[in-house]
Formats: sequence, C-alpha cells, structure tokens
Amino acid sequence: MAEHLLEVRNLSVQFHTAGGTVHAVRNINWHLDRGETLAILGESGSGKSVSASAIMNLIDMPPGEITSGEVIFAGKNLLAMSDDERRAINGKRIAMIFQDPLSHLNPVFTVGWQIIEVMRIHGIAPDAARARALDLLKRVGIPEPETAMRKYPHQFSGGQRQRLMIAMALALKPDIVIADEPTTALDVTVQAEVLALLGELQKETGLGLLLITHDLGVVADIADRVVVMNAGEIVETGTPDEVYHNPKHPYTRKLISAAPGRGEMHEPNATGEPLLKVENLCKSYGSFKVLKGVSFTLQPGETMAVVGESGSGKSTLARALLRLDEADSGHAYWKGRDLLKMPAKELYRLRRQMQMVFQDPTQSLNPRMTVYQLISEAWVIHPEILPKPQWRPRVEELLTQVGLSPAHAERYPHQFSGGQRQRIAIARALALRPELIVCDEAVSALDVSIQAQVIALLDKLRRELGIAFIFIAHDLPVVRDFADHVMVMQAGECVEIGTVRQIFENPQRDYTRRLLDAGLDPDPRVQAARRMPKVQAGLEVG
Amino acid sequence: MSMSSTLPSTEISTKRHGKAHVLLGMLWRDKFAFFATVFLVLAVLCALFGPMLLSEAAVSQNLRARNLAPFTLDRGWLFLLGADALGRPLLARIVVAAQNTLMIAAGAVVCSSMMGALLGLIAGYASERVSNVIMRLADVIMSFPSLLLAVIVLYMLAPSVGNIVIVLAITRIPVYLRTTRAEVLEIRQRMFVQAAKVMGASSLRIVFRHILPMVVPTLVTIATLDFAFVMLAESSLSFLGIGIQPPEVTWGLMVAQGKQYLTNAWWLAFWPGLAIILTTLSLNLLSNWMRVALDPAQRWRLEIGGRKNG
Repeated sequence: MAEHLLEVRNLSVQFHTAGGTVHAVRNINWHLDRGETLAILGESGSGKSVSASAIMNLIDMPPGEITSGEVIFAGKNLLAMSDDERRAINGKRIAMIFQDPLSHLNPVFTVGWQIIEVMRIHGIAPDAARARALDLLKRVGIPEPETAMRKYPHQFSGGQRQRLMIAMALALKPDIVIADEPTTALDVTVQAEVLALLGELQKETGLGLLLITHDLGVVADIADRVVVMNAGEIVETGTPDEVYHNPKHPYTRKLISAAPGRGEMHEPNATGEPLLKVENLCKSYGSFKVLKGVSFTLQPGETMAVVGESGSGKSTLARALLRLDEADSGHAYWKGRDLLKMPAKELYRLRRQMQMVFQDPTQSLNPRMTVYQLISEAWVIHPEILPKPQWRPRVEELLTQVGLSPAHAERYPHQFSGGQRQRIAIARALALRPELIVCDEAVSALDVSIQAQVIALLDKLRRELGIAFIFIAHDLPVVRDFADHVMVMQAGECVEIGTVRQIFENPQRDYTRRLLDAGLDPDPRVQAARRMPKVQAGLEVG
Repeated sequence: MSMSSTLPSTEISTKRHGKAHVLLGMLWRDKFAFFATVFLVLAVLCALFGPMLLSEAAVSQNLRARNLAPFTLDRGWLFLLGADALGRPLLARIVVAAQNTLMIAAGAVVCSSMMGALLGLIAGYASERVSNVIMRLADVIMSFPSLLLAVIVLYMLAPSVGNIVIVLAITRIPVYLRTTRAEVLEIRQRMFVQAAKVMGASSLRIVFRHILPMVVPTLVTIATLDFAFVMLAESSLSFLGIGIQPPEVTWGLMVAQGKQYLTNAWWLAFWPGLAIILTTLSLNLLSNWMRVALDPAQRWRLEIGGRKNG
C-alpha cells in the first residue's frame, strides 16, 4: 500500500455535554495524497469539521475526547505527539484557512506584519520573510503588494481578506492546506475567483488540499475526491462525478436532490391593481449612495426576487420599504397609498399587512421568550386580530402549518435547530395574516436540504394563502424555483428586471450573465464544461 | 428526517410543579447560592427583629469588659464575639447595626440602579440630543468628587438615613447609566428588536419587553458589587462625622471605630468587616445563580444538577 500524505484511521471523537455524550465522529477513515483535493461534504452537525480540528489539535479537551484512532502524517501519529512537536507541524507543514477571514486576522496589526510574523515564529530571517510575504501577496492577486503590506485587515474586501489568509497559509510552503468553508462568506463571483486561485496554487506547489464544505457546487468545481458525511459517519466516498451521477447512499441522494435550481419555473400572469409599486427609491448614507433610484411593481400573490452581491443595496431596499430606515426620496405605493409618507398611526396598521423574515433566525428571535410568547406577541401588539382565548389554539395551528409540533410552544428558541428556528420566524410573520412577506436572505444561513424544505414551505404558503413575497437572495439558483420575477441589483441600481424565464434563459446584461456563470453547478460535468472557457481566458491573460 | 433528533432533550416536565418549587429546586442544586441565600435571610431577619430585641444590650456600656477578647463565655453569649472599646457586646451591636446598614445599602443600590437603568434606557433609545443631555449630566456627577458632594449635601441637610441614601444613590447613578446605555445601544441593533419593530411594537414595548430583560443580568451583577462599595462609603461618611451619628450604628461605622485598635484588639474591626464581606459575597453568589436561572439558554445547567460543564 502506498504511503499517503495524510491518513485518518478509525477516528472517533465524542463530546461530553450536559445532555449526555455526543458522538461527533465515529470510526472515520480517509486519506489525502500529494497534489490532491479532497472535499469533505456534509451539513451542519455532520461532524465534517471535527476531523480537521483533531488534525490541528483544536479540539478542546474536555469536553471533547478522542476515543480511538490515529492521524498519520509523514509516518507519525499526530495524536500521540507532544504539544511541542505538534506546534512545529501546525502552521508550518499543515496550514489552515478559515471561513471568516476577518475574525482570524488581528485587526490591530498590518497584514504585512502578520504574514511575516507567521514565518518568523518558525525561524525565518526578517529580510527573507519580508521578501517572501511580498511575493505571496503578488501571487494571490492583491493589487499593489507594497502598499498592501502596510494596510490593516479592515481596509480589504472580503474576497481580498480570504486571499490574505491563503497567502498566510502558504507562507511556510506547507504540505497540506486545510480549508474550512473557505468561500461560504463570499459573493458568488468572488467565490469563483478564490476557488480558481486555490486550484492554481495547488497545481503549482503540489500540496494536498483538504476542503471542508457544505456546497455541492464547490465540490463539483475543484475536488478530486469527495467524502460525504452524515451524523458523524462517512456515508460515501468517490470522485465527485461518481457520487453525483451514481449516489449509492440514500443520504447522498437526498442531498443531491435538494440542490436548488432544477424545478419548474413559474410563469407569472397576474394583472390588475398592483399590491406594491415602488418608484425611484433613493437612499444614501452620508455621501455614499446605496440606492440610486430603484423601481418595480409587485402584484398580489406574486414573488419578486431581488438578487445581488453584498453591497448592492438589496437589504437597504427591504429596510426602506418596511420603514426600518427612512428613504431619502422616491415613492412606494401600497395599494395606492405612499407608505414612505405614512404617519405613525397608519404605519401601525400597515405593519399588519407587511411582515419580514430575517436572515439569521438565531438573532431575530428574542432568546428569552418562549415560542408561544414570540408568536402571540403579534396579537399583543395588534389586539384586534384575535381575542385572547383563541391565542393558544391559533399558535398551535400556526406551528402545525409551518411543520412544527404544537408541543413546541413552550420551548425557547435555543432548543431548536437553525431550520426549525426559521420556521418559527415564519410562523410569527404569519400570525399577523400579512399580504406581503419580505424575506431578507431568509434561507441563506441554512443547510441545503433544510433550505429546500423552507422554500417548499414558503411556496405552499403562497399557494394556500395567496401571500406575496419579496425574496432577497445573493444566490440565483435559490430563486429560480420560487420566484415569479427577478430583479438583479448592482451597486444600488437595478441592472435587469424580468420574469424568471427571461433572466435565466435570456439574460440581457453582462452582469446578469456573469452572476449566472459564477454560480457553481452541483453537477461536476456541467461545472467542468463551464470552467473550461474561464481557465482558457485565465491562461491567455497570464 | 433528522429534524426532531436535533432537539436537545431538556425536560419541560418541570412545568407541572409550581414556579416557586422549581426555583427552590434550582437553588438547592447550586449549593453556594443556597447557603448564600440562607445567610442573607438570616441578615434580613437580624435587620427586622434585631433592634427590637437587642437594642438595650447593644448600647449598655460596661467598662470592665473594655475590648474583651472574643470566645469568652463567662459574661454570657452576647459577648461571644468580644466587646468594643466601651465594653458593649459586639454580637449585639452587629445584629442591631444590620438594620441601618442593610437599609442604607439596599436603599442606595435600589435607588441608583433604578434611576440609572431608566436614564440609561432613555439615553440609549431616545434621540441623540436627549442622550447627550443625559450623558453630560452623568459626566458632571462623575467628575464631581462624590465625598465633596456628600459633605455639601449633608452639611445643609440633616445627616439622616434618608438623606444618606439619597446622596449615595446620586453618586452611584452614572455607573448604571453608562452600562445600561452601552448595552442598549448594542441590543437595539439586534435582529429581534428590528423584528418587533416590523411587527408594529411601540417604543415602550421594545424597551421594556425586549431590551430591559437583556440588560437586567448585567445590572444585577453591578448592583451586588456596589452593595459593598456603598457600605464602605457610608462608613467613610460616618468617619467624617456627617454620616450615621452614634449612638446609631452601622457595620461601616463599627469598622471605622475599630480601626485605631487594630493592633491590640483586632476583633473590633474584624467582625463587622466579616459581616460586610459575607453579605457581599452572598449577594454575588446569588446574583451569579440568578443570571443562570433567568437565562433560558443557560437554565439547564441548574435543571440537570450534579455535573457542571466547562
């Protein structure tokens, strides 16, 4: 048997918590060879990050405990080494890239200093370290590396920060780079660039790349082999192509079928009096214009998807429509009345008809209120909707409607999973019997299969209750199955607006096409075909 | 579907019992907090009934028992902790002093924390102009030496318990005000506050239903620490002759009076000092327990009992 670069054998890790012992991973085996990209695919709680943490000695013990197994790197068992020996390997021979670069870069030091620091810790002379840092910044595509060395992390964009993290990881020419959800926090176009960069660097240096992700698209894009994990166990291993086209395990099949962007597209046909008509909405913070005259109309019972990258002003649009922020100019006619100029009294009545579901249900539910209190608060504020004796049956009815059990009413939000919390938030919005629900990235924080369920739930509510939606997302495939109309936004302006079919099948503008192209297809074959022109274009430029 | 399996199995069956029963159960599981509560109940009982029963004994002088050492039983159990410079039994004096001490400390802490919290909520949630006015007022109080303020006020007004409470409360308001405001500024940006706004909740409802409950644990922690500070501040007022006047007595005053005998009769300052320490410590332990017991996300630590995590 050939020697692998890194091999995990029979690793089991458990955590002792108050609720009992949790088996984070059970008897998992995988290996990584030189020059190979291995992806560990799984949803939150599947244990996909645990083995990487075990390799990097990042598991807190207690409450964690490694009950069995070994991690063989360069012929030695990492788990049996002393802390000093492991420190010599961590960072130097095995480096790590994290999901959120901002929280892993120290805000009070310049990035140049931080990259040099990594090398100095491992005994490289200051001059050599500086020269190498410059090289690295150049290599990962940071413009003006000399100046960039003296800048602080907050002066870079999210994508650039991730490039800096990559530069830092590569500083000591490691044999292995572990990337934990490296592109999850990034926009689609930036994600495509960062993944391309990782791929190139790997080809140049021949390092082994371990990629931890929840995204089938990322796997299809750069992985050579994939390990699918569920509930602490490996359910399937193989090349992305095999796994995608010939999944053996039911879980893998479920995961693949949950990938968005494959269903029937809606054909909107509603006419008549619009529910909401937005005209020329403008908003600026100081001299920075966030919204530069956005207009659209929304018919009752229809869904308008607003898609754009971060900073495009889509959330500001939602906040302005809900009067959480005041718009500078423009009109928004709600059934003919301009809601931007409504006095407080009328606005209070309008609140019943327009509701919002926020991105992060952990944050949008008051942690000190029970589910019953959270949902019934709507009727405390608007007592005319429902007399008090009917509150409890109605809460139970709403919980059933969103796929939870009436018995959950007395629990607190922290006792639920992310997807369940979002259902509670939806139930709360429904409590007011609104005609319009604004979903601000309502499914972005959820796992793929949960995402599919929540979207199915919203779709059902729309059909049964005739609620209109404004659905804000950064991801185009998500809105494909759900929306009637799509508005693509960039830098505060509406780039393109049309029905789903128009946008997806016949995009008019370059930016829309770029967004569509940058999205990663979960099918490795489609993704490979999509990648070819990009790689060629890259070669020509290089 | 793995959805239901992700629910932690925190028991909800405790709902069946009464609320008080549940609280007592959680208190019993945290032994430190339990004994702290026992001590505080004892202190409150002393404060309520002590002066009624022992005020005679606490002021009767007996020069033959001057600075009597503790743990001598031949003069009766009242002299268990020794006697002071005038031969008055320390145990009786501590029990009697509990009333004034706790009244002043609790009064000052409650007044200052309520005022501070209220002003802090306003400063954090109202417009910038209102906030500025309140904050500059707090700055004035903070920059003015508190002892000087106390001297001026108590010189003009009679040094009664009520006035001392007012003076001490005013000087401590900025602590609560600033903490509350800082927390409110952060919490008002949180999503659940925005969600309440979207639902049409009034400002009052948002402030008292959504923001205040998040601030209270911090305030309670500060208040318990402040309790000790107020007790000592009150004794320094007494030391200057503008606080509680003998023959009235407080623990702080007893410590101040015993200070000059520290080298030859340590027990004069030690026992009242111990009373102060134990009271503060108990309050601290209790507030720690309360912070956990009142937080739904932390409560399981007390509900499962036994093992502590982390």
